Amino acid sequence: MDRDVILFWVVAVLSVASALTAVLHRNPVYCALALVMALFQVALMFVALDAHLIALLQVIVYAGAIVVLFLFVIMLLNLEPDAPTRGRYGMHAATIMVAVVLGVEIATAVWISEPGSPFPAPFDLGSTRMVAQRLFTEHLLPFELTSVLLLVAMVGAVVMARRRV
Amino acid sequence: MDVIISFCTALVALLICLQVTVLLLWIERKGSALIQDRVGANRANLFGGLLPFNLGIVNTMMADPLKLLTKEDIVPAAADRFLHWLAPWVAVFPLFLTFAVVPFGDVIVVGGREINLQAVALSGGILFVLAMVSLGVYGVIVGGWASNSRYAFLGSVRGSAQMISYEIAMGLALVSVVLTFGTLDLQEIARVQGRLMWGVVPAWGVFYQPIAFVLLFIAGIAESKRAPFDLPEAESELVAGFQTEYSGSKMSMFMMSDFIEVAIVAALTTTLFFGGWQVPFLYRDGFHFPGGLTVAIPSLVVTLLQIVSFLVKVFVFCWIQILIRWSLPRLRYDQLMAFGWKKLLPVGLANVAASAVLGLLLEGWTGT
Repeated sequence: MDRDVILFWVVAVLSVASALTAVLHRNPVYCALALVMALFQVALMFVALDAHLIALLQVIVYAGAIVVLFLFVIMLLNLEPDAPTRGRYGMHAATIMVAVVLGVEIATAVWISEPGSPFPAPFDLGSTRMVAQRLFTEHLLPFELTSVLLLVAMVGAVVMARRRV
Repeated sequence: MDVIISFCTALVALLICLQVTVLLLWIERKGSALIQDRVGANRANLFGGLLPFNLGIVNTMMADPLKLLTKEDIVPAAADRFLHWLAPWVAVFPLFLTFAVVPFGDVIVVGGREINLQAVALSGGILFVLAMVSLGVYGVIVGGWASNSRYAFLGSVRGSAQMISYEIAMGLALVSVVLTFGTLDLQEIARVQGRLMWGVVPAWGVFYQPIAFVLLFIAGIAESKRAPFDLPEAESELVAGFQTEYSGSKMSMFMMSDFIEVAIVAALTTTLFFGGWQVPFLYRDGFHFPGGLTVAIPSLVVTLLQIVSFLVKVFVFCWIQILIRWSLPRLRYDQLMAFGWKKLLPVGLANVAASAVLGLLLEGWTGT
């Protein structure tokens, strides 16, 4: 069997398993760690697609920074395992809605995409050089706008935190 | 055949990593004694003291790990057993992987086959280092939480905040280096530094990026959680910080992860700023000194010289880190945060901007 195919199946099974653990485990710390695991598997998926830059950024940004903050909050709040969820039906309904919408979206994307697209990508689409060239020539304006958006979000967070104190 | 070659290079990288770590254990014990005017580790002895001399390095290197590995492993009753077991592995594993992208020699040709003396030739090597170093925080945070102890938890909160803060300064230093050399490939960066400036001075990164070198070194010491940045394990306040509830081999794994981090900082500094495996004036066919003097050397010896040069440089920077550790007092926590965010971060940003402008003005100033 092809090496990529074996890698795909191993990673696929592990990522689904860790994603399910992240959703279903009773202890929130375990959930966060399972989320790290799932993100790692997705990064491996990107490696299999020869998108090394995205894979590394996935690990640096999500596993290395964002989930650390999740863990921080979970540990400092000292959430009890399996905290009572009574009176949060609105929250549950919203979660299910979002899940359904996402599921439909992904299913449509898979449905309309051409089957049998080459795997991995035919040329080094995912290499750092290619991504940078595309990003800073064709997509320069959206890229810069995104950075403005992030700056606004950052300033907003600081202002909101100030008001509370 | 390719599989065997990549297995061998990976093995060599791993061995370099392990050997540097074990040697550091001894250097730290004896070096700290030297700095503090003590005798240092002199109790362990081979053959029950029958030999007329004390085989210092050998027996300390063997006795220390043996002692640590055979001590009783105690898990607190209230601890989360699985995570308590997992944390040391999580702390050590990514650090071992980091060494995979560090080149320890040039590409050599043996029997018509090119062998790259680097375990994994990754085009995004610097990003890989950043990714692995950023994962190191999980060992600290999970270990402290799983111990279910106030001291350990405070230590892990401090540790993760510190590591995330100093990662940014480290990243900015790496960005300015990348701007200078125009590549993320560590092997390529090491190779470019073999050139000469004005025909005399080796074109090492430290001459192009002196500020980035200082930034990376400071941030690296902070990442390895050693004095003056050893707040996560501050023994006068937190017993032993995040590793308070660890003993025996698990504790020794945390200790090992600290030493590997020291070695990684040294290896990164060497590769990015001090020519990596380059020996000044040494090329594939021998020495070419400025002035026309040439000494021909067989290529295998050249490779050996390169590996030795890499190791010597790594040990020099390890020693400087040990020197810093044993001579500077610990920062206060607010000083630590203020230093990271208000001093290192602006300097790093300014350095990135300056490198970008300089790179545009003097296009190709490194000749890449």
